Amino acid sequence: MSAGGQMAGTGGRRAQPRPQWRRHLGRVIASRPASVLIYFAVMFAIIATALKGAEAMGYNWQWYRIPRYFYDVTEGGIVLGEIPWGLVGTIALSATAFLLATVIGLIVALLRLSDLIVGRWVAQGFLEIVRNSPLLVLLYVFYYVFGPIFGLDRYSASVLCLAVFHGALISEIFRAGINAVAKGQWEAADAIGMTRWQVYRYIVLPQSVRFMLPPMTGEVVNMIKSSAIVSVIAVAELTTIGRNIISDTYMSFEIWFTIAAVYMVVTLIISTGATLLERRYTVRD
Amino acid sequence: MNPGASSIIELTGVSKYFGPFKALDDINLSVMTGERVVVCGPSGSGKSTMIRCINRLEEHDEGRIVVDGIELGEDTQNIRAVRQDVGMVFQQFNLFPHLTVLENLTIGPIRVRKMDKARAEALARQYLDRVHIPEQADKYPAQLSGGQQQRVAIARSLCMEPRIMLFDEPTSALDPEMINEVLDVMVELAGTGMTMVVVTHEMGFARKVADRMVFMEAGRMVEVAPPAKFFSSPDSDRARLFLDQILEH
Repeated sequence: MSAGGQMAGTGGRRAQPRPQWRRHLGRVIASRPASVLIYFAVMFAIIATALKGAEAMGYNWQWYRIPRYFYDVTEGGIVLGEIPWGLVGTIALSATAFLLATVIGLIVALLRLSDLIVGRWVAQGFLEIVRNSPLLVLLYVFYYVFGPIFGLDRYSASVLCLAVFHGALISEIFRAGINAVAKGQWEAADAIGMTRWQVYRYIVLPQSVRFMLPPMTGEVVNMIKSSAIVSVIAVAELTTIGRNIISDTYMSFEIWFTIAAVYMVVTLIISTGATLLERRYTVRD
Repeated sequence: MNPGASSIIELTGVSKYFGPFKALDDINLSVMTGERVVVCGPSGSGKSTMIRCINRLEEHDEGRIVVDGIELGEDTQNIRAVRQDVGMVFQQFNLFPHLTVLENLTIGPIRVRKMDKARAEALARQYLDRVHIPEQADKYPAQLSGGQQQRVAIARSLCMEPRIMLFDEPTSALDPEMINEVLDVMVELAGTGMTMVVVTHEMGFARKVADRMVFMEAGRMVEVAPPAKFFSSPDSDRARLFLDQILEH
């Protein structure tokens, strides 16, 4: 330390590079063991504070009761518990809504990029309305307004609401991806006499995939997370299951920690998978 | 109509504006079947704009353009019909980077001409032979040199079996050592009797193949002459000045 101090002292008035001891310190902090250490220290502090707070309010931890919400061993073998079923519900809901959202997003993006003035207006209007409403309000509109009008049950209302909300976001991803394809590609395809649809299908969309893949993964993750909101109209999925278990058992701390962890595991798996997929699509060029 | 001597491209009083800027000013040009026309002139003179109007990559604002008996207008059917008969080679090649060389060549015949895949591939290989790169069929464009890419682009156009070929500065983006391999292919193509309109600064090529030279400046056709006359004694001072500038070295 003292040698480092001397170094800093001899730096004089000139703008010196950072003194040696600070550079050294920087390298130590950036190293992997140090990062891990800092991470655990911070996590420990947070958890300790939480536990202390829980203790102060006399919370009765019952972690031992959690595993049976995942699985149960009976004479007939292993039976899945409520949480895996809730996860299945979440995934089914998100997947259906995401497929629909992709279709909506593609249509809206193509309308916005089309020569049809009416088409552009409709797409723009749709986008502004959806982007500027809170998801929760949108869900209420779909369930309490469109529900009775069009005879939607709570599941269809949820799927449609999520699809419309994320469709608007996805349309922007499509638009950016399509615009990222070089103008010369359009011209070359036009020059051999392709129709607008053929240009999109064979030339432009295949090339936009690699621009769209990273933000689309983000949307999958967002979809899974925002699907939790349908628990307010009691559609069977992971968050609703969590609420139900808590109302039976009052174990709110354990259950919410568990539910959060399950969401995190799923979204982390998706992100990792997407990174691998991206690598495949960036090979050429 | 007499097919041997009829005009296949007819521009009458064509003008084109980019905002207030007049890019083409009253262009009148008729190209005969089998004729080779080379268009030159300083940059910004409207050469590319004119050639791009012929397959409607640019829309003209005034006048008439008739290609192979079809008038270009708003009708998209007509536009596509013309484009199938008119091949275009770009300065930047514009090959499809996500497709192999062979797929670049077959996508037009298969999707636009509705040809079956086997026939389209046979056709593609035949034209790859013609541009002297049969061995590159399964590579992706990015794996080829600039000269090879441009020859693939020429083959891609030829696979549509067009009656007219347009070249928009086909060698301007190439390294000097690759220019000749592309020009050689174009000279060979001229030898087959293809109707060609070529925007280029390659005056050696123009001397060799052009039936007529067109000199443009500020959106107007300043001079139209056979190459022998154009290179030895052009009528306009502008053309003389231009030739002095580019033939100096």
